[in-house]
Amino acid sequence: MNRDELRKAVLEELSGIAPDIDLASFDDNASLQDEYDLDSMDSLNLAEAVHKRLGVNIPDQDYARLRNIADLLDYLEGRL
Amino acid sequence: MPSMGADMDSGTLVEWKVKPGDRVKKGQVIAAVETSKAVLDVEVFQDGVVEKFYVEEGTEVDVGAPLALIGDGSGAQAPEIATETETSPEPETTTEPETIPEPETTPEPESTPEPVATPVARTPEHSDRIPASPAARRAAREAGLTLADLQGSGPDGAIVLRDLPDPQPSRPDSRGGAAFDRGQMRATIAAAMSRAKREIPHYYLATTVDLHAAEQWLTHYNEQQPPNSRLLMSALFMKATALALARYSDLNGHYGKDGFKPAPQINLGMAVHLRGGGLVAPAILETDKLPLPALMHQLRDLVGRARSGGLRASEMAGGTATVTALGDRGVDTVYGVIYPPQVAMIGIGRARRRPLAVNDGIAVRLAVDLSLAADHRVCDGHLGALFLNEIERLLQQPEAL
Repeated sequence: MNRDELRKAVLEELSGIAPDIDLASFDDNASLQDEYDLDSMDSLNLAEAVHKRLGVNIPDQDYARLRNIADLLDYLEGRL
Repeated sequence: MPSMGADMDSGTLVEWKVKPGDRVKKGQVIAAVETSKAVLDVEVFQDGVVEKFYVEEGTEVDVGAPLALIGDGSGAQAPEIATETETSPEPETTTEPETIPEPETTPEPESTPEPVATPVARTPEHSDRIPASPAARRAAREAGLTLADLQGSGPDGAIVLRDLPDPQPSRPDSRGGAAFDRGQMRATIAAAMSRAKREIPHYYLATTVDLHAAEQWLTHYNEQQPPNSRLLMSALFMKATALALARYSDLNGHYGKDGFKPAPQINLGMAVHLRGGGLVAPAILETDKLPLPALMHQLRDLVGRARSGGLRASEMAGGTATVTALGDRGVDTVYGVIYPPQVAMIGIGRARRRPLAVNDGIAVRLAVDLSLAADHRVCDGHLGALFLNEIERLLQQPEAL
């Protein structure tokens, strides 16, 4: 899976959690919490969705450091 | 039509999930009802067989009006029923005299007026208006259709949802409830909060709680867990609050005509912010009895269903006290408005690192401001303070939660 496919998969999962986010103008470097209003529950749901879809179980400690989608993709790319 | 909140007068039956002749079990979801706040699942409160519907889909019904007749199956009349229901007859339902048809599906006594023979759909204010159910009226308006162009198939030729050409918006979809009326939810929140501020003499308290122990415990716990088994700090807050309520029963219950009645259970409500605006406050039944993983599971389930539709009536009506948490994007302290007829609202601010005096020095610790808005008719600040201190004490021993 290349980065584009990975990004597409992750954004699909994000969209399932926060359907109001406009993916067309999505900013990978914007904070998921501050810019896209993901609360801790949404964030946990995203971790679970990533785990389910991509098989990557991101430990809580690591996950807490991922602020935006670019961070998440970087993290995932090295582990797929 | 059960009451799904103190402020609910009526609801629109949007979907039957069973059909006449179906055998139903107590607690089974039999219908979906749209209120001004959300689409909720209605559970049946007795075992039996659905004999007939009094209300068709798309009809707005007053609270207390019967929705369906649940009988013992002997009165089932349609021939296809025998083939569609489970064929094995259950002896206890056929022999027991108490299973006499009872046109009543609601558990809440105060919301159950004397049985009404036929539920009355809201009549239009003007007789020259084309008869249509409110849901159909709204759906038609949203779809840009004129009622006069439609052929009604409801009572007295009234236009109901199924008469509209488009598939009916039976429940808010996963896109955050686009199908239901946010303006109306705003009005419902306004009504409940106005009543709270008009009738309830609130008093407010707040205290800062060191979350160091809770954070350490949580980090250690989550380390070994896959995402779907991880806990959030909210689960610890909910559990500690529920346990504290068990000890301070003057904060857990309802204030009605005859004054305050403590509730026998602790059903802690959780104010859930909906993406795009508005909130609902469903409750977790018997919160104090749930182990943390089960509580967390319910919390996630409840938030998910609050945001996508499908809350149950018992969850919406059963709250005995409520927690509001503004979360990571919130502010340090939140003072809630009590959700009547409850008598306490517990506020949880943003947990963040700040300097705290620890022993003889200063340490940077994760801390949170807990607040309480309580009904002064029922208790005084002294008790409220003891209650908040009890939550603090419980959060210092997270392993015991």
